[in-house]
Amino acid sequence: MTNEVTIATQSQTVAPGDTAPAQPALSRAIVRRLRQIGLGLIFPLALIAFWEAMVRWTGTRLIPPPGDVLTMMWDFAFGGIYEDAFSASLPIHLWVSLQRVYGGFLAAALIGIPLGVALGRSALLRAMLDPTLSLLRPVPVTAWLPLSMIFFGLGPKSAVFLVFLGAFYPILLNTVFGVKSVDERLLEAAAMLGCKGSQLFRSVVLPAATPSIFNGLRLGHGFAWILIVVGEMTGVPEGLGAVIMDGRTLSRTDLVITGMIVIGVTGYLSDRLIVLLNNRLLRWSPQHHV
Amino acid sequence: MSDTKTSRTDGRTPIIRIAGLNKSFESDTGTFQALRGINIDIDRGEFVCLLGASGCGKSTLLRIIAGFETASGGTASVFGRPVDAPGPDRGIVFQDYALFPWLTVHENIAFGPKHAGMGSKEVKRIADKFTEMVGLTAFTNHYPSQLSGGMKQRVAIARVLANDTDILLMDEPFGALDALTRAKLQEELLDIWQQTKLTVIFVTHSVEEAVVLADRIVVMSAGPGRVDCDMAVDLPRPRDVSSEPFNAVRRTVAQRLSSNLAPGRRLETGDAA
Repeated sequence: MTNEVTIATQSQTVAPGDTAPAQPALSRAIVRRLRQIGLGLIFPLALIAFWEAMVRWTGTRLIPPPGDVLTMMWDFAFGGIYEDAFSASLPIHLWVSLQRVYGGFLAAALIGIPLGVALGRSALLRAMLDPTLSLLRPVPVTAWLPLSMIFFGLGPKSAVFLVFLGAFYPILLNTVFGVKSVDERLLEAAAMLGCKGSQLFRSVVLPAATPSIFNGLRLGHGFAWILIVVGEMTGVPEGLGAVIMDGRTLSRTDLVITGMIVIGVTGYLSDRLIVLLNNRLLRWSPQHHV
Repeated sequence: MSDTKTSRTDGRTPIIRIAGLNKSFESDTGTFQALRGINIDIDRGEFVCLLGASGCGKSTLLRIIAGFETASGGTASVFGRPVDAPGPDRGIVFQDYALFPWLTVHENIAFGPKHAGMGSKEVKRIADKFTEMVGLTAFTNHYPSQLSGGMKQRVAIARVLANDTDILLMDEPFGALDALTRAKLQEELLDIWQQTKLTVIFVTHSVEEAVVLADRIVVMSAGPGRVDCDMAVDLPRPRDVSSEPFNAVRRTVAQRLSSNLAPGRRLETGDAA
């Protein structure tokens, strides 16, 4: 009762729960970001210290100390130290690996997203394809290695195919999920506003499924980087995976670790690109920001 | 205070006519009859509240008028045509807002006109107008996730108004809001209704809300859902909730509603919608 009386006398004021949340101050955001970076650095720095200590303590010659790996990384990137076959060869290896990762990943996205949308929309298509896809999915990508070498020969095509396979399923399944789980209410709301058919798909289903599709892209992208190493172990002369294989054959552990670090850093930076795109396209949904 | 208007004899064609409407849902456990023998005529410009407890089928009835559900028997007609699908002549405001989260306030309000194929200038003009009407001009570029519940519901109302709807169907639209915001929005809704001459069907389980808003209250009872009584509210507007006449109407309606909820009645399996 008293509520209504209050409202009647203050009809021009806005009700208490009726203001938008305030934006956080910029400087506070910067401090928080620096803190985040600082916290993230503690563990890897400790790990490197531990590595150095263990190499010294055990006196092992199988694993080089961090300093030697750093030297190797410098030589791999710019040359001028060892002047061997691997000096200053980072750009070419990185370039071919990037091409293969993105080639396989983009092919997976180009096939996985439309197919996922179709599967999500059509029960008939699901009934036809779902059993096959479900059977093939648990097969590890590495198990495809022999067949893929028969199909595509020893070489880059085989690597791209493996990357494609690894990235395909997460993209496909997340797209299907996203399209199938569009909130029924939103479809009703669109229908009552006069939006139907292909408009409904473009204006409601696709945007509503975007968070899920991005989830799939991110997962698929991660698998693509994992599988590039497997793919390039099949006898290609160039690529980060090939470098690691060569390092193993030559007992150049510093080279192996260098290759591992380059893949880790590149995969991370490449993931940040997807995250950036994700945050840009999904700026309407704070809970989908990464 | 109360008179029965469900079957009219004055010869005018109502804008909405519900005649002998039945609705049952089939499930594994058998058939659940949600609505039986509903007859309601609604004239242009009327503000009608469907009032009843959970499970009386009031939301189901609204969803049939909206075109989201089909009747199992009888008819629901709008402008003399049987309802068979949702359409822009009937704008719905849901309790959970159902705003498109990827669109800004302005884009949500522009959704209907844009999909009707209007030019971008016209779309902008309409969206600006209704953004202003619900007092959200300062929040034009905000996303729904950045708004409070009351603001979201204002956007939902503006969205159907911008679509040039004739009939406003509201399914417990203020049920999730706090008391102050709720009272404020009721007041704003009445202003909008008086400005636009819309026909409003408003589902609620709050007696007070029904008496504040409605020209006419259709009290529904459950098991199966049917119209218990249909009463006109002859209070002058704006209504003073603390006045004696208001309380008299509220008492009458509340008694009517609680007489349907006598002990020993079988409990409903929840609101069908």
